[in-house]
Amino acid sequence: MLSHELSANQIKEKIIKREITAQEIVEELFEWINLKEPLIKAYLCLDKEGALLKAKEVDKKLDNGEKVGLLAGVPVALKDNICTVGIKTTCASKILENFIPPYDAFVVKRIKEEDAIIIGKANLDEFAMGSSNENSAFHITRNPWNTDCIPGGSGGGPAAAVTADMAFMALGSDTGGSVRQPSAFCGNVGCKPTYGRVSRYGLVAFASSLDQIGSVTKDVYDAALLLQVVSGHDGFDSTSATVGVPDYLSDINNVDGNLRIGVPKEFFGEGLNSEVGSAVMNALEIYKRNGAELVDLSLPHCGYAVATYYIIATAEASSNLARYDGVRYGHRSQLSEDNIIDMYSRVRAEGFGSEVKRRILFGNYVLSAGFYEAYYLKASKVRNLIKNDFEDAFKKVDCIISPTCPTPAFRIGEKITDPLQMYLSDIYTIPANLVGIPGISIPCGFTNTGLPIGMQILGKHFDEGKILKVAKLFENETDFHLKKPNLIEPEPKKGIDI
Amino acid sequence: MKYEVVMGLETHAELDTESKLFCGCSTKFGSEPNTQTCPVCLGLPGVLPVMNKKAFEHSLKAALTLNCEISKFTNFDRKSYYYPDLPKNYQTSQNYFNIGNNGYVDIVVKGKEKRIDIHNVHLEEEAGKLIHPETSGANYSLVDFNRAGVPLLEIVTQPDMRNVEEVESYMQALRNILLYIGVSDCKMQEGSLRFEVSISLREKGSNVLGNRVEIKNLNSMKAVLKVLAYEMSRQSSLLDKGENVLMETRLWDDVDSVSRRMRSKEEAHDYRYFPEPDLVPIWIDQEWINEIRATIPELPVDKHQRFVNEYSISDYDAGILTEDKHLADYFEECVGLSQDSPKELSNWIINDVLRELNERKTNVQDFIVSPKMLVELVKIKPTIGSSIAKDVFGEMINTGRTAPSIVKEKNLTQIDDVSELNDIVTKVIEDNPKAAEDYGQGKKSALTFLIGQTMKITRGKANPKILTKILMERLSAGSK
Ligand SMILES: [Zn+2]
Repeated sequence: MLSHELSANQIKEKIIKREITAQEIVEELFEWINLKEPLIKAYLCLDKEGALLKAKEVDKKLDNGEKVGLLAGVPVALKDNICTVGIKTTCASKILENFIPPYDAFVVKRIKEEDAIIIGKANLDEFAMGSSNENSAFHITRNPWNTDCIPGGSGGGPAAAVTADMAFMALGSDTGGSVRQPSAFCGNVGCKPTYGRVSRYGLVAFASSLDQIGSVTKDVYDAALLLQVVSGHDGFDSTSATVGVPDYLSDINNVDGNLRIGVPKEFFGEGLNSEVGSAVMNALEIYKRNGAELVDLSLPHCGYAVATYYIIATAEASSNLARYDGVRYGHRSQLSEDNIIDMYSRVRAEGFGSEVKRRILFGNYVLSAGFYEAYYLKASKVRNLIKNDFEDAFKKVDCIISPTCPTPAFRIGEKITDPLQMYLSDIYTIPANLVGIPGISIPCGFTNTGLPIGMQILGKHFDEGKILKVAKLFENETDFHLKKPNLIEPEPKKGIDI
Repeated sequence: MKYEVVMGLETHAELDTESKLFCGCSTKFGSEPNTQTCPVCLGLPGVLPVMNKKAFEHSLKAALTLNCEISKFTNFDRKSYYYPDLPKNYQTSQNYFNIGNNGYVDIVVKGKEKRIDIHNVHLEEEAGKLIHPETSGANYSLVDFNRAGVPLLEIVTQPDMRNVEEVESYMQALRNILLYIGVSDCKMQEGSLRFEVSISLREKGSNVLGNRVEIKNLNSMKAVLKVLAYEMSRQSSLLDKGENVLMETRLWDDVDSVSRRMRSKEEAHDYRYFPEPDLVPIWIDQEWINEIRATIPELPVDKHQRFVNEYSISDYDAGILTEDKHLADYFEECVGLSQDSPKELSNWIINDVLRELNERKTNVQDFIVSPKMLVELVKIKPTIGSSIAKDVFGEMINTGRTAPSIVKEKNLTQIDDVSELNDIVTKVIEDNPKAAEDYGQGKKSALTFLIGQTMKITRGKANPKILTKILMERLSAGSK
């Protein structure tokens, strides 16, 4: 096995044991990226120089016998809506094409403190608005399992990078499924923690009450590892929780007591691809064989989740994106400006792509005088009903399992002209964001055409520990997570054979 | 005028806190542009607000002082509009759940008390400031964000005021209250206190409100009064001609002394308020309210009344003394130290101390003459006389020395001794025979002249009462 194919934890162990240096890892990884990135296009920006600098620092620490962090020497990719001091953070938008933040996001600070190596910024749908990555203003990332297919969205870049072994792990953001859906489409582990578990400070806001930073990893243990590092209260985020962070790692193989798994009928209904449906049913059988009890559930208001989501998310987005006006930073029109309204109009007309514009218009509409009660307020009430559904469900079960998405990855261009079809791609992931609960997507099979299928495990608020264990149980019983897409092999002499 | 005027006021007061409402930047006034900024108050991508507890408590204190009902539950809302001085193009404010509602302020106009109802009190963030280049024809403006994010308290009245005197009295009362409770420095020249007025006219006796005109951004009480007078005459002449007053927002042009249309009702902003998702709701419990209530000092109206009752000073004097809390404190400290003569101390403060403070453009907290020093001066005054006392006061201000030490050093104690004064008068009459003669012939001004001559010799130390008596006796005796 080539070193870039290892999991994050495996490579960290090797580095700590001095079997390989962090610098060697980075050099090898960048050689691999040079080979594969033209095919996949997962990244918007790579920082080899910065990565080597950090690698040398980690190696030096180890040379000196100093203590190293939990992610010592692990190369990590960041979705390009997470602010990095000194490195462009574009949100895949022309409006922020040349924006270099003067500060690090909370999670970036945390992984740096734990000696991770940031290798680059990965592609996304513009401002995380999309389910296919086709809304990136710069280029489309391809699914490593089939490069004619989309990698999912909005975090297609991070997911494709991890799947193609061009990063050992990645941080993304999940507003309606942007970590879980691409992870399902690319066959890796995508974890969205509880709202408030991880500080949003430095994550460029899409929809503030739904956004949550999450992880994309090669296996469940790595998800627990990364969550361990980035969780916890942050004084710069009023909505970050003060709830203590448990040890996710030491006990990950022990599901305690009788596991009761909820199976909500609303997540297995019309629109579900049969191959996806049967893969998840097979997975449930595996749980059953391992002593879990399956409980049929109904979450009656989940049918309204997508509609509710698109009202709340666009309302918040219309306000969050108001700041991109060209006054202080970002794109400024080259055309002459007669007055301030002119300037705003040109900056935003030139700077935003069509999906972003659509959502801003929609959001402004649902907030405008005379419509607020009918839309935003109503949606907030429905959101509470959906919350109640889940609260009731979790009185009966420890976790809920469903498909992550109704279909496997679709072809590039297939849905781009039909936004409503595109929105339905997130039908199973959206409820967790509305409710604020944690969810994880893990690979649970492949279609006949070889596309990965993802299974979603949802848990109670702040019960990440439980869903990680449930996910790990399945992973221990299966090897879907070990499958690699058939990318052209690198020439052996360029890799370090181990 | 055959119309009744209906007026309401919105007051914006910058709260006196070290740091801004949602970030740690300083609120200091007058620094170099954009030196008190950070990613949060510049509205950079990815930043989040964290509420300044002090600012919230200041607002709570103000709401309590203004007799508001305090909401158990409050949160912030986003108010959306585009302007280059607003970094996020929305202002974090309060709309659906204000800190305080339904309060009131009692004012006194021409001896009559009136209650002005407060609609609501809420907390929001200040915008930055546009700087327009002085060169004409420049096609750009600059923005200074030092002020952006400074906590701002908005106090909205009901349309309860019926004449400009009431408006003036309300503005003064409100300013005094905010100063008293220490939540704002209310410096109008620095923009810490600003007003917006709404005004409509209706036929006397009508209970239907006329079309309302709002005038924004008035930086002084004077401007408020000017704009109201202007609008009253503008609106009444329109109504007289049978024309409509348009419902609109106007701006006051202080140079030309006219108001001009800013936008019509149709062009009014739709602020698209919705709850701020980046901040958590705030629950206000009774314990917190009690804690804040305990920090509210005696208010100007109460202090005013107490001064009249307790110290037997005039209503007018009590008004002046209580206008500034520090001045009232100064007065009370003096009274406490002297255990006597509140009336005289009040006179000193109102006439002499205030004059000096005005001339020196300083405030009473920094005044060189401490209450103790003023009391010493008043105590020693009977031995030096009023006119010397004033000189000593001047000397105290210039040197910072105490009255007793000045009196002692310059030997300023009054001459009360009759025989000593008799000897001096004898000499004065001898030196000025003409004047003594004039007095005998009925020229009363000669007496003043001779008093002046005596004062000159004694360097003002002669007790004027005793001296006048002696002189009159001697001159009458001489003329017989
Ligand atoms: Zn700041």
